[in-house]
Amino acid sequence: MLEAKEVTQQVSSPEGTLTILDQVSFQLGAGETVAIVGASGAGKSTLLGLLAGLDVPTQGAVLLGGQSLSALDEDGRAALRADRVGFVFQAFHLVPALTALENVMLPLELRGDSSARVVAAEAISRVGLAARAAHYPRQLSGGEQQRVALARAFVTRPQVLFADEPTGNLDAATGLRVVDLLFALNREAGTTLVLVTHDRTLAARCGRVLELAAGKLVADTLTVAA
Amino acid sequence: MSLRSRHWLRFATRHLWRDWRAGELAVLAGALVVAVAALTAVAFFTGRVSRAVELQAAELLAADLRVESPRPLSPDWLVAAQQRGLQTASLTTFATAVFHGDDNLLVTLRATSAGYPLRGQLRVAAEPYGTARGTTALPPAGEAWVESRVLARLGLRVGDSLQLGAKALRVGAVLDYRPDQGAAFADLAPTVLLPAADLPGTQLLQNGSRASFVQLYAGNPAQVAAFRAWLEPRKTAAVRLVALGESSQQLQGSLDRAQRFLSLAALATVLLCAVAVAMAARRYTARHLDLAALMKCMGAPQRFVLLTGLWQLGLIALAGALVGVLAGYLAQAVLAWFLRDLFAGPLPAPTWAPAWIGIGTAMAMLLGFALPPLLQLRAVPVLRVLRQDVGAPTLRFFTAPLFAVGVLAALLWWMLQDAKLVGGVFVGLGLLLGVLWLAGLGLVRVAALARRGTGGAWRYGLANVGRRGSGSVVQVVAFGLGLTVLLLLAVVQNDLLREWRASLPANAPNHFFINISPNDVAPLSADLRAGGVQVDQVFPWVRARLVAVNDKPVTGRKFSTDRGKGFAEREQNLSWSAGLPRDNTLVAGEWWPAERPADAPVLVSLATEFADGIGIQIGDRLVFDIAGEPMAVRVANLRKVQWDSFRPNFFVLISPGALDGAAGTYMTSVHLDPAQRRLLAPLVRRFPGVSVFDVDAVLVQVRQVADRASRAVQGVFLFTLAAGVMVLAAAVQSTRDERRFESAMLRTLGASRAVVLQGLLAEFVALGLLAGVLASTAAALAGWYVARHWFDLAYHFNVWLWVAGLSGGALVVGVAGWLATRSVVNTSPLATLRG
Repeated sequence: MLEAKEVTQQVSSPEGTLTILDQVSFQLGAGETVAIVGASGAGKSTLLGLLAGLDVPTQGAVLLGGQSLSALDEDGRAALRADRVGFVFQAFHLVPALTALENVMLPLELRGDSSARVVAAEAISRVGLAARAAHYPRQLSGGEQQRVALARAFVTRPQVLFADEPTGNLDAATGLRVVDLLFALNREAGTTLVLVTHDRTLAARCGRVLELAAGKLVADTLTVAA
Repeated sequence: MSLRSRHWLRFATRHLWRDWRAGELAVLAGALVVAVAALTAVAFFTGRVSRAVELQAAELLAADLRVESPRPLSPDWLVAAQQRGLQTASLTTFATAVFHGDDNLLVTLRATSAGYPLRGQLRVAAEPYGTARGTTALPPAGEAWVESRVLARLGLRVGDSLQLGAKALRVGAVLDYRPDQGAAFADLAPTVLLPAADLPGTQLLQNGSRASFVQLYAGNPAQVAAFRAWLEPRKTAAVRLVALGESSQQLQGSLDRAQRFLSLAALATVLLCAVAVAMAARRYTARHLDLAALMKCMGAPQRFVLLTGLWQLGLIALAGALVGVLAGYLAQAVLAWFLRDLFAGPLPAPTWAPAWIGIGTAMAMLLGFALPPLLQLRAVPVLRVLRQDVGAPTLRFFTAPLFAVGVLAALLWWMLQDAKLVGGVFVGLGLLLGVLWLAGLGLVRVAALARRGTGGAWRYGLANVGRRGSGSVVQVVAFGLGLTVLLLLAVVQNDLLREWRASLPANAPNHFFINISPNDVAPLSADLRAGGVQVDQVFPWVRARLVAVNDKPVTGRKFSTDRGKGFAEREQNLSWSAGLPRDNTLVAGEWWPAERPADAPVLVSLATEFADGIGIQIGDRLVFDIAGEPMAVRVANLRKVQWDSFRPNFFVLISPGALDGAAGTYMTSVHLDPAQRRLLAPLVRRFPGVSVFDVDAVLVQVRQVADRASRAVQGVFLFTLAAGVMVLAAAVQSTRDERRFESAMLRTLGASRAVVLQGLLAEFVALGLLAGVLASTAAALAGWYVARHWFDLAYHFNVWLWVAGLSGGALVVGVAGWLATRSVVNTSPLATLRG
């Protein structure tokens, strides 16, 4: 489903060329759940961005469903994301001017889905927020906002879901409830989940853990959850 | 299901509506509405006036060909025209005073022959301002038809009698409209229409009286053209031929100037609104950065993001323009109502052409200020969803100043069609705003320092004014500009008038006597003196037209100003004097000796306006045409004349001797105190040919017109104040999140809602006071400059200017700012701090 082939990412800085990712390679199968862990600055978010096609590697290749992302231009990668990818972010990224329901409708509307409202209403019910559908993000708690973000991520039934520190802005108890929901939705949809986290407990709930250190893949471990 | 870009239209529209509902667009749209409303109100209104001129151009002459002369016209011409199959009529018009008891009023008297008007129709009403009907009749003998204003001013009713010179006439009807009433604008002096046969009985018209003699001709175009060809070589230079279409040109010129002035006033509003649009568009695009990145992350192509943004901008501009056009339409109706007395008859309905100006302006403003940041939105890196620091395009306030300035310049040029004027406006406004900016900056700094001397809410409010720095300065300048103009028009204008009145000596002449025949000079002066009135000097005068300068004819000469052209084209009142008259100062050359040989060459003394207007130097040889006779003179000196002395003064004075005894009539001015005004009625009856003008009454008439015009300009500048409110709203919007956070912090620390609200009120009242200080100072300085350099008056600073400026600024800004921000205390501190 998702493959990284010797992915290297370098940036220019006043001090010279900086290598953020160094020849990272792995393969993920359909429905697999993977946590990418590592210390701050290890290159986790950069790897997530490259896997999702938000950027292209300096060297190497990322293949999503067999399609090399480097071979596509930005709009081509966008089209691929529209079809196959969902996201959950640490900062939720809900649109302040839209209600909870409208935020969930957003990816459907971008695709021109005429049943966006009905489908989104189902999704928001699924995350237990039907009563809060007409509320704006500022009227929701952090946990509620992240549940809306989950509904939004799953509403297009993506093949791959990328989650960047999904509990990073939440307290432990709320984070736990959100993660439970994330894994439940993931199981129902059979989605491949790629999750970046600092949280070892959260990582342990994934079937596989990829550990990065200084841009290198230093460990690729199957967990008990697998 | 894949992303299809054709959905962008529906998506963009739906999201725009959601943005609007969330209050994200109110300021942006509001600023557009105010700008478009100001522009279109002016354009609708001036368009109506312009159309009135065009529509009436056809019957403006009341004929197909009109011949006007300051001297009686040959009746042979009428006969010749009739022989050619043309219809004819004649008309004599001049200004005079009508009396009713002790009251008098300056009017334009029109004595008409049968047949008038040859084109168009008179309209009369049975009562003042009553419903009018068309008529082909004319007032019968012994009767006059007068405009409503005459009846209103003199307290007359239809059927009453009024005194015109030696004759009493019955008011037979109210004259509502005549085809040649001067297109759009009503004459200062209302018309009294009477049959030509009654004119001699009034004895108002003496040999040499100042009057206009008119013959009217109408027929088919070939007949009119043939008659014109016959007439041209037979007429003198003083006789003016006016055919269809020619008369409206000059009026159109004045109209264009008025239109430009009002457009410039509206433009000040547009520029301030542009500031508000720039601030709001900046916030709009900044808030859409994350959305754009998110949309791209969810699979939207760059084109989709761009088209969505463009379509949304276009819709905002269109909606703002449409509401603005509607508001402008309503505002022009109010303007027209204020100025209703300035127009003769109702104005035609507005056309919708200005709506396009409104839509174009809204598009240009929004594109100018929002397009560059919008184009950056397209380039937002999608990685921004993961890292806020990644490559966010810089959205600085002056991101694309050149683009915006270019768009504004193009807009200006489109409206004014005058590259030089556009340049002038840009430089002038730039300097003005620069000076205001510096002054505003200084005031804001001082206010920030002043907080140390205050406590509680004021300290918090003043600290905020200082902390928001340039945001505060923009608001102070925006309000200051609008307030300055309103203060200038409302307070300084009255101050100047009062200063001017105060500058006149108490016994300044207040009545003019003109058209005094040579035989009446002595008895009239004797009568006045017998009544205790001081009579200084009685001036003889003749009508003269300049025909050549240094042996070159003035026709075809190039003039740098319209005034110079007017001097050369029109007849002037020419007088002679042995000594330099009072109120005149010699600025070049020498005055002629009191005793000169009879055969010495004739010398001339010119007012500086006349010499400068035509380009005449000391020593130049001039030829004047006086009643068909050329008279050669040499320029001996130039005079500066104090025209507001209310004594007879002349542009052209010649040395005595040359025209002694040739004077047609004499004129003088005297001061009559209220008790002496009783002398007027018997004087007018004894000397019916003498026209008496009551300066105070004329000033009241002029004042009423000026007041209404200034109210219209004030109306236009109210939009400028509204633009200031928009700038304030934009500034408030851009700091709303910050204010909400501060409010939450203060309340968390124990401040009550009341204390937070008082702090906000203090901040905006302080901003308003600063704008008031700026506006009062600017208005006072402008008033002082105008008084000193234009009117030679000593300007005394008026404390009310400051009271009005400071209280007006504090009230408007305080209330508007408080209303816009009070909601920050409505969100719970917890929600805000958590959010």
